[in-house]
Amino acid sequence: MTTTPVTTTPPVLEPPQGPRKAAGLLKRLRPSRLVVNIVLGAIALFWLVPTLSMMIISFRPAGLFEVSGWWKVFSAPSQLTLQNYKELFTGGSSTVLGGGVPSGLAPGSVLDALRTSLEISVPATILVTAISSLAAYSIVFGRWRGRNAVFLTIVGLMVVPLQVALIPVAALYRDMGSLTGWNPFGTITGVVIFHVAFGLPFGVFLMRNFFVGLPTALIEAGRIDGAGEWMLFRRVVIPLGIAAAASLAIFQFIWVWNDLLVALVFLGGDPHVPLTLFLYDQERTLAANFWIISTGSMVSIVVPLIVFLAFQRHFVRGMLAGAVK
Amino acid sequence: MRQGQHHLQSLAFLVPGAILLLAIVVWPTIATVRYSFYNGTATRAVGLSNYKSLFSTADTLIAFRNNVIWVLVFPFIVTVIGLVFAVLSERIRWATAFKTVIFLPIVFSVTASSLVFTQIFQLDPHIGVMNAIGQTVDDWFNPPGAYPLSAGQSAVSLATSGVVAAPHGALESSATLRAGGTVKMGLTGISPDTLTVLGARPARVPAPSPGAVTGLVWRDFSISHPSNVSAVYPDEDGFPNLHVALLRSDGSTVATATTDAFGRFSFANVGPGTFRVQVQASNFTPSFSGTFWLGPQSLTPTSNLGQTAQALLSIPLIDISMILAYLWIWAGFTMVVVAAGLAALDREALEAAHVDGATEWQTFRRVTIPMLAPVLTVVFVTMVINVLKIFDIVVNLGIDSSQPGGQASTLASDVYYLGFGGGVHTGLASALAVMLFVLVVPAMLFNLKRISGK
Repeated sequence: MTTTPVTTTPPVLEPPQGPRKAAGLLKRLRPSRLVVNIVLGAIALFWLVPTLSMMIISFRPAGLFEVSGWWKVFSAPSQLTLQNYKELFTGGSSTVLGGGVPSGLAPGSVLDALRTSLEISVPATILVTAISSLAAYSIVFGRWRGRNAVFLTIVGLMVVPLQVALIPVAALYRDMGSLTGWNPFGTITGVVIFHVAFGLPFGVFLMRNFFVGLPTALIEAGRIDGAGEWMLFRRVVIPLGIAAAASLAIFQFIWVWNDLLVALVFLGGDPHVPLTLFLYDQERTLAANFWIISTGSMVSIVVPLIVFLAFQRHFVRGMLAGAVK
Repeated sequence: MRQGQHHLQSLAFLVPGAILLLAIVVWPTIATVRYSFYNGTATRAVGLSNYKSLFSTADTLIAFRNNVIWVLVFPFIVTVIGLVFAVLSERIRWATAFKTVIFLPIVFSVTASSLVFTQIFQLDPHIGVMNAIGQTVDDWFNPPGAYPLSAGQSAVSLATSGVVAAPHGALESSATLRAGGTVKMGLTGISPDTLTVLGARPARVPAPSPGAVTGLVWRDFSISHPSNVSAVYPDEDGFPNLHVALLRSDGSTVATATTDAFGRFSFANVGPGTFRVQVQASNFTPSFSGTFWLGPQSLTPTSNLGQTAQALLSIPLIDISMILAYLWIWAGFTMVVVAAGLAALDREALEAAHVDGATEWQTFRRVTIPMLAPVLTVVFVTMVINVLKIFDIVVNLGIDSSQPGGQASTLASDVYYLGFGGGVHTGLASALAVMLFVLVVPAMLFNLKRISGK
């Protein structure tokens, strides 16, 4: 590329049309590097404001929220305190904070929500990754007829709004309850099953796109050597596809962690709710306590934030796979 | 034989996924279509009546209107922002940091982000940043007067004695004056606290002065003589810091003055003719009261359309607020996808354009954009699907307006409320869900065409 003579490059643009003056003007108006730096710097600062404000509110005494804006903290840094976090994790409903704000919070409810979020997200992530990998293996390396049709059906299912399934699945869960005595409605298992099913189309799509790039000869050689499909899947395909599986897992984890609707439908009114539903409920209590909402929001974003910062590359790759490929 | 075993084994790998997809995605979708022809308790078939009420009741039409606003406004803006950010960030050294900052909100739940924005959009400028900025800007261009009126109050309602309304919200003396004259202008409706803060002293009628027009503006309400207006009592304060003007009978301004702590003013050497004294409207300019970002106002077309048509054509402020918050959340996604597309572009074509003498703008417009078109389309379609199903931000930022018929309600929020949120109507909720499904079908076909074409 470096040696390509300039003259042999075919012109991509037609020669400039219209008065040359206009082109000259545009050229002079071309933003300099300095201007771009300043503009993007301002945008980045602007983008940080919401997160920053939530963070500061969570570290200011609860009573100050109604009194003055969070930005006052810059002139009075001594306002910062860990009081809200202490209260959120250890306090009881009878505790009254410094500013005279009653907390109205059941003791331990945030820790319980944190645990519930994990109890939903972790199994849902593992199951989606495992089941999608298996199905994608079958679609790519199996020899049964109609594999392409199955794949395209799954691609079609990727955009099905989950709202379409809520009412019948709720009915299905209740029917299961009356038939077998075990009703997944109102249970974490019911939420997990729903998330896994709706995570599958994207999961199969992502894993299939990766497996397609693996050399088929590898599998065929294994088959000739007498290896079973399970052995090939475990020993050949998974070790090669671990990066793709990681992308899927990270993406799925953050997706499920942040879900509100499915939890709201299947766990609404339950004492054990995930963090999103905890925040949703807090916002709807009569005396909406913004310190609980802001501190709780901070707690809720810590886990996905750590996961994202640790596996940034995988997350972005998973997202791009869904959008570009 | 062995070969057949392999096929069976690999087919078995599909089974768990197939069972889940059939039981939780495919069958329920079909069941929802069936429910949509049933009544509210799913006990009796009612034909197309759910669909009829879908397109005839005001509540669901509002939801449709909001979905239309979302689809028309959001995907386009967020794609453009993503494109601009992606292109500009190629020119800075700290692009990774910039992209991380913009991208971060995607990792947070929409619920948490919405809650951040309920605080940002707070009405009180002492709490909400948006209104704090609004107040600063408004005070800059439109400084509040010393005696700001509250909402719905007019200057003339303050007049008690010797004062009448003047054009443009000003007040003026009812009497005309000549040089050497004195006028008393009584006002009320301003709290004693406001006057104390301004340093008011007990009102004093100024002595007439030859060749000058003098006067007093005072709080014409005495605790000791509540029923007696127009007389000046010792327990009545003057209006300090009030801007007054001397007008000729043709309305032209001769001079302006400001009252002292006792409420007195004086115009010297006014010359011949008759005059009136005006209390200028700027004294009463209200202070910035805040924009009710999450409130019920809307941009409504003024026309003689029917009430329903007018409601359907208006854009509620809450939609704009939600769209702003959602841009904050999703701009990082479009930016990252477009940036990936940019990175994969043929750099030689761009170089060639430069060498051929194209300006930056021409290169961008005629080379970069056409080459990015496939990526931009994918981003756009992804965002269309996303906002068709918009739910989390509606129920968390719209709160009270998210109920069916509320200014913020959408198809997806109506499905939830009608399906599960009290006042349940299974048939109507299912019909709405079917509409949602129908609306994503074009996107589904787009995806299928794109993927099967590869």
